[in-house]
Amino acid sequence: MTAMMMPDSVDNLLQVRDLRVLFMIEKGRAFEAVKGVSFNVPRNRTVALVGESGSGKSVSALAVMGLLPQENAIVDSTSSIVFDRHELLAMSIAERRKLCGKDVSMVFQEPMSSLNPVFTVGFQIGEVLRLHMGMNAKQARTRVVELLNEVGIADAESRINAYPHQMSGGQQQRVMIAMAIACEPQLLIADEPTTALDVTIQKQIVELIAALQKRRQMSVLFITHDLGLVSEIADQVIVMRDGEIQEQGEAGQIFSAPANAYTKALLHCRPSLDARPWRLPVIDDYLNGIIQTELELPERKRGYSENDEPLLVVRNLSKSFFSREGLFGKKEFQAVKDVSFTLPRGKTLGVVGESGSGKTTVGMTLLRLHKATGGQAFFGGKDILAMSSREFAAYKCRIQIIFQNPYASLNPRFTVGQILLEPMRIHGIEANDRERSEKAFQLLQRVGLKAEAFHRYPHEFSGGQRQRIAIARCLTLQPEILVCDESVSALDVSVQAQVLNLLQDLQDEFGISYIFISHDLSVVKYMADQVMVMHHGEVVETANSDDLYRHPAHPYTRSLLSAIPKRRNG
Amino acid sequence: MTAEPIPVSPGLWALAWRRLCSDRVAMASLFVLLLFLLTLVLSSTGMVAGDWNEEVGISYAPPSFIGASGSGNADTAAAADPQPPENPLDPLKDVLRELRAEMAGKAAPAAGQASSDYGIRDPLEKELAEIRSNLPESGLQPARTRRDTLPFGADKWGHDIIKKTIKGAETSIIVGLVAALLATFLGTLFGALSGYFGKGVDDVFNWFYSVFTSVPYLLLILAVAAVLQKKGVLTIVLILGLTGWTGVFRLVRAEYMKHKSREYVMAADAIGASHWSRMFSHIFPNISHVALVQMSILAVGFIKSEVILSFLGFGVPVGVVSWGSMLNEAQNELILGKWWQLAAATVAMAVLITAFSLFSDALRDALDPKLK
Repeated sequence: MTAMMMPDSVDNLLQVRDLRVLFMIEKGRAFEAVKGVSFNVPRNRTVALVGESGSGKSVSALAVMGLLPQENAIVDSTSSIVFDRHELLAMSIAERRKLCGKDVSMVFQEPMSSLNPVFTVGFQIGEVLRLHMGMNAKQARTRVVELLNEVGIADAESRINAYPHQMSGGQQQRVMIAMAIACEPQLLIADEPTTALDVTIQKQIVELIAALQKRRQMSVLFITHDLGLVSEIADQVIVMRDGEIQEQGEAGQIFSAPANAYTKALLHCRPSLDARPWRLPVIDDYLNGIIQTELELPERKRGYSENDEPLLVVRNLSKSFFSREGLFGKKEFQAVKDVSFTLPRGKTLGVVGESGSGKTTVGMTLLRLHKATGGQAFFGGKDILAMSSREFAAYKCRIQIIFQNPYASLNPRFTVGQILLEPMRIHGIEANDRERSEKAFQLLQRVGLKAEAFHRYPHEFSGGQRQRIAIARCLTLQPEILVCDESVSALDVSVQAQVLNLLQDLQDEFGISYIFISHDLSVVKYMADQVMVMHHGEVVETANSDDLYRHPAHPYTRSLLSAIPKRRNG
Repeated sequence: MTAEPIPVSPGLWALAWRRLCSDRVAMASLFVLLLFLLTLVLSSTGMVAGDWNEEVGISYAPPSFIGASGSGNADTAAAADPQPPENPLDPLKDVLRELRAEMAGKAAPAAGQASSDYGIRDPLEKELAEIRSNLPESGLQPARTRRDTLPFGADKWGHDIIKKTIKGAETSIIVGLVAALLATFLGTLFGALSGYFGKGVDDVFNWFYSVFTSVPYLLLILAVAAVLQKKGVLTIVLILGLTGWTGVFRLVRAEYMKHKSREYVMAADAIGASHWSRMFSHIFPNISHVALVQMSILAVGFIKSEVILSFLGFGVPVGVVSWGSMLNEAQNELILGKWWQLAAATVAMAVLITAFSLFSDALRDALDPKLK
């Protein structure tokens, strides 16, 4: 621990001392989410609070805002949160509410759910001004236009009357920021403001927050799970884990010479664009101090070669969605346009694109979860898109999918055992349930879960463990092709590395071909032999991954690559 | 590879049962429900309350804890003394006095021959005398001594209210639960098909639903009753079950529409699970709470609906008692201040319904693995 204690000075806008937050789970049982955390947010500075899920970073921020659920959250009486020389924890709820809207404001992760869909954005921003600044409707409107201009919304005069659904995710987040800065707060708390956004948009929002911070001389508490993201804007970094601060200090020091093993692990667990180690280092390697192996790991060679055996050949795949328009009319939306690619046995095809690029639809169509509008997909010489559903049933063993959200893709009412046995029962794999259970136990062990997991329900597992269960479910069928649809995107950085290693091991062991769909270019770079970049349903570029990252040919690919946050000392 | 024996996986229901056992409210309500079911079984086999229609008390005998009521005694006193007090202002008082004296003189020798007042002999006199003499043996003894009070009072005919309530429970519980089960089953099946398949199937069921809901409820009940042509518990169950599925249908349909595009259902599709398996073994356990809660609401409503049906003449046939018919009788009794029949039926109904609601709520929680 190198908890750098800064002297208490007036320069600190926010001082958090020994913050402890308990959550009552049920009678007599409590969970300590934040275990005695102390930090400062100096005036006119940006402080990044970094940690993975369950680290207590969001809970700390909510405690500052006074937004913790009243019924089961308890802030310890010895804790102290001083904002601008006022002790927040001693204030009444009404006083705090007054302060929170005005001097402290917050931007949340999901702009779509933070905005009320039935009011225009102008009304919603104006409401803040009328409530806290006492402006009348006309003054408020003028101010809203100024604010929208400030957060970079083009044509603010007309966009003021737009409803949230008429805006893109990035614009919605800009509106949220406009709302947060409307009352000229001294402290802006941004809780994962870019996580739900595309890479290119993410970069713009981070730049916007940095620019606003400079212009308005405010302090920013930036909460994120992505250490790389804050490297460009943070003055100070606080790394949290399991409710405790692991390390805090000046950003430069944290990135160049991290003292704490956990911080080091966070920095290195994400695959980088420059190197491709045989295995990704995982958090335990750092915590157990076996980091030396990092340098000894050989580089993994990637790329298609001449004598690959093509397993799946897709030609001119297209998929359109139709929505009703008028009385008889139909409106066509082309989600995928003429996509062609080849997937050799034992290799990985990476599919990269932003939301709405049609990359997920490609995967869904190949599994016939969506019906293709056109094109062919030859799997072992047979067109799987043209066959009857009865014929395709046999192919369901051979091509499988792992979904993005491990919380949604497992039936919450099934035990892990049921989840694993079901596909084997359907396809008549193994002779009886006894043998099937035995195989399920083997697979659980293979994906790194304990045998007792067999009797548990999915909600008892963490995200990474759930994704392992989903992988085990696919493995019961011994597929030849595995479609990974954003399979690691919802996972924490350290868990991501573990799951990627697992997928890689399985490929080495069973020779499975992957179609690896992701918006995360560095992950795709690590996993894929060939990368296909998609934009608005079309393939803009396909190349072997090393070539693509070194010499991107298409301007869109270049803009994607440039949006990846650069590490100071990755 | 595993040398250890593979333990048997506790199923969804076993786990739910374990969770239910740790819930004190659930256990209490389950106990009450079982008590009701036990009395139901006992009364339907005739071991309890088989003699409910014996007229054991006087008409409207009050509960024993109140004691014989004053007004009841006044009535009998009035009946025992046929001579009203003389009105001194009556101009015909002399004539009346004469007539009464005459009647008293006549009545004394002609005691027991009430029908010979006008000098006409009853042609059935002999037969009646025979029947009367046989009465004590047949058990139906109208002249038997009736009790002034009963543990919880008596109705108009002197039936014991407690026995009547137990017998009534038989009809009401069967009607309420079976009809609710039927309605929920139909609603869930239709809703599942409609929500899951969508498109044409959905259109057909929606059309069917619209037709059902556009017909006024009572008219619909009358129509079903007219088609079935028979009175009885089964008829009521069918009437209520066939008309009550619409609400469940809408809710279940909405849930299925929501769930069918969830990733776990797509994952089930990807591993090759059939439509049927996806509908009922994957989605249904996730929406079962909706069906359960609906069922308990319907059961409550149906027990009450049975009253309306009885009132309309489509309810239980004469000679069968139900809580509905008891409540129906209670309307007139209440004006006379005879509250015990109403109280008995209401308390029994309230206890059952509360226990049922609490239990279905607890069951819902127990079946939800996320709530713990």
